[in-house]
Amino acid sequence: MAEVQGAKRITDIGPHNYNDFLHPVIKKNYGKWKYHEILSPSHMVHVSEDGDKIHTVRVGSPRLVSSSFIKDLCDLADKYSDGYLRFTTRNNVEFLLDKEENIKPLLNELEKLNLPAGGIGNVVANIVHTQGWVHCHTAASDASGVVKSLMDELYGYYVGAQLPAKVRVAFACCLNMCGAVHCSDIAVLGIHRRPPRLIPEKITNLCEIPSTIASCPTNVIRPDTFNGKPSVKLVEEGCVFCGNCFTVCPGMPIADPLNDGVSIWVGGKVSNARSKPTFSKLAVPYLENDPPRWPKVVEAVKTILDAYKKGAHKGERVGEWIERIGWPRFFKATGFEFTKYHIDDYRLGEATLNYSAQVRQ
Amino acid sequence: MSKKHQTPLLDELKKGKWPSFVREIERAAEKSEMTDDLLGQVEQSYREKVVHWKHGGMVGVKGYGSGIVGRFSDLPEKYPGIKEFHTVRVNQTAGFFYTSDMLRKMVDIGEKHASALFNFHGSTGDIQLLGAKTSELETIFQEYTKLGFDLGGSGSALRTPSCCVGKARCEFANFDSMHMCDGITQAFQDEMHRPVFNYKFKFKFSACGNDCTASIARADLSVIGTWKDDIRIDQEAVKDYGKKFNLHQYVIDKCPTKCMSYSDEGGLKIENSNCSRCMHCINTMPKALRPGTKGGATILIGAKAPMVSGPRLSMVLVPFYDVEEDAKNDYAWFKDLISKIWEFWDEYGVSRERIGELIQRVGVGNFIESIGLEPLPEMVANPRGNPFVLYEEYVEADEEQKG
Repeated sequence: MAEVQGAKRITDIGPHNYNDFLHPVIKKNYGKWKYHEILSPSHMVHVSEDGDKIHTVRVGSPRLVSSSFIKDLCDLADKYSDGYLRFTTRNNVEFLLDKEENIKPLLNELEKLNLPAGGIGNVVANIVHTQGWVHCHTAASDASGVVKSLMDELYGYYVGAQLPAKVRVAFACCLNMCGAVHCSDIAVLGIHRRPPRLIPEKITNLCEIPSTIASCPTNVIRPDTFNGKPSVKLVEEGCVFCGNCFTVCPGMPIADPLNDGVSIWVGGKVSNARSKPTFSKLAVPYLENDPPRWPKVVEAVKTILDAYKKGAHKGERVGEWIERIGWPRFFKATGFEFTKYHIDDYRLGEATLNYSAQVRQ
Repeated sequence: MSKKHQTPLLDELKKGKWPSFVREIERAAEKSEMTDDLLGQVEQSYREKVVHWKHGGMVGVKGYGSGIVGRFSDLPEKYPGIKEFHTVRVNQTAGFFYTSDMLRKMVDIGEKHASALFNFHGSTGDIQLLGAKTSELETIFQEYTKLGFDLGGSGSALRTPSCCVGKARCEFANFDSMHMCDGITQAFQDEMHRPVFNYKFKFKFSACGNDCTASIARADLSVIGTWKDDIRIDQEAVKDYGKKFNLHQYVIDKCPTKCMSYSDEGGLKIENSNCSRCMHCINTMPKALRPGTKGGATILIGAKAPMVSGPRLSMVLVPFYDVEEDAKNDYAWFKDLISKIWEFWDEYGVSRERIGELIQRVGVGNFIESIGLEPLPEMVANPRGNPFVLYEEYVEADEEQKG
């Protein structure tokens, strides 16, 4: 660790206080907002009890960005929003303006820079995603590449085309699921399908054996010895390919180019509006990794969106639409095959069966 | 700039209308030479369909056990620029608010000392600088602290708390999520920078049930805004909405507790005692309806992604928490609740067991008893349906006679 001579070390200060970065109109009306109106998929206005207005222009970003990208945003903020901007939890950028006359020129300039303005209301929101092959060691697929391919295809739904309700798509490149992928309208999840390879020398030298055994959700990693030293063995039939053992033990790599790929999940949500928050459910158990553009994944997501757009009532999220029409009709509408992998046999699986004679014929 | 590596597969991802991350890596490489090798390695991953980062590696800055995530290429001879390419997590501002002036300074540090490549923001909330050499970490850390920004959490520590935009720009906010997030982050700096937990612990603060931080899906401790009193109604504005869409079809019939009725003569009526604060009617008619004025939050516990024993959502722990009252006292009640939860987790949890998994293992009843909370019907969707009850006491015949 490099020591920096002569410098006074500052530690444990936490994040910079947000008050230093709030637009004066926001500061003045903090906690006094009365209502908002969505004027277009890229523009909303919040109106305060005093009648003050703050305009928001939302722009999509690829999340993985260069310093130059941020400086482009800063230049735009200086020119049109007095230097004030924020980010959203879904990696959008929001310019905050009190001058309405600046909106049009800002939108024009965004267009020149090929930056998509949109993402507000009943549209496809920006896809939240993880690091993938770009910067993670447990990834079963790339994140940025799949997301780029999807957003190119769904571009029209981000910048304006209306859907029955908002659609939140998420991507995670392994079961660790950085982000709330498991509660999304449509989730794409990187998966392994082959048990980890055991490298006995590494397991013995680098891994803590008890925590490696404890990392397995199905208890199929068992104690063993290698050259008289503690090690592990694996009962392959019970492996659910979660990769958690590799996370704690470098001697059990699970990535495999022939078998890794993605699965697709639908109908989850985190909002409490109308129905309770719920997990996404399995729609497609496996699609192969097909870089650079993963055409089958794009096709499957498009299939779900098309069926949803055609079948859902106004205001219904994907999960609420499926709940109303029933899962058999969802599989019919999308043409996805229902397989034994769709029937849950894990911890809460018993609760997911149909204990009734209510069957749509 | 002359590109060192041919990237025919990645070049495909420069096409199309959505902003391209490949173009962004290239732009970063124009500012920082080391980043060019990232293009080469990612292209190789695209060719071979497999990742090329090594497993882990402990790196950090003096006195901290978290905030930096070690990342090493498994092909260091071929791609020397990214032999060491660590993540620096920089704790974001509450609500993700910045000025252009500050952002320029923040990304300049990444240009000067690392890859010039960032996540704005990472999934948990931090700004992530992707790609710093071990020798640069201390300098980078000191440069950020000079700007007033500290590192975030990683590993078995408190992870960087995050929150929604709250009262800064949202009329639905029932409590000051940004103030609370900032206050709690400051209060638990030690737990964030020096990992002593069984596993990660996440706080997320959403100021209404729309839950813009997805706290119910992924925070060990979710604080979600709600209110005590009646929904405020502007009857004239309700009528105006009625001219735009069918109020019965899109509002009244969609109410999950059927606590609303509407007639042209009587206007909108809400049986507030039966309202579950789901937000649907307010979301649909923001000009006509507002949450009540007695705001607060519901505290929920236990959400997590799949590892180790499957995904979980948070469950209700405290139906109504008076945030404003507690804020006057520097969130003392909340901090006390957290210390009791962490004490229980420390005492009974095992390595890599999230709080939700521990609660499931020992039983919700035992858990709440240990942290001094009463069992409440708000905690369950319904009472148990099976008779396998662990009754803790029974009487014997002679005691009965004595009694």
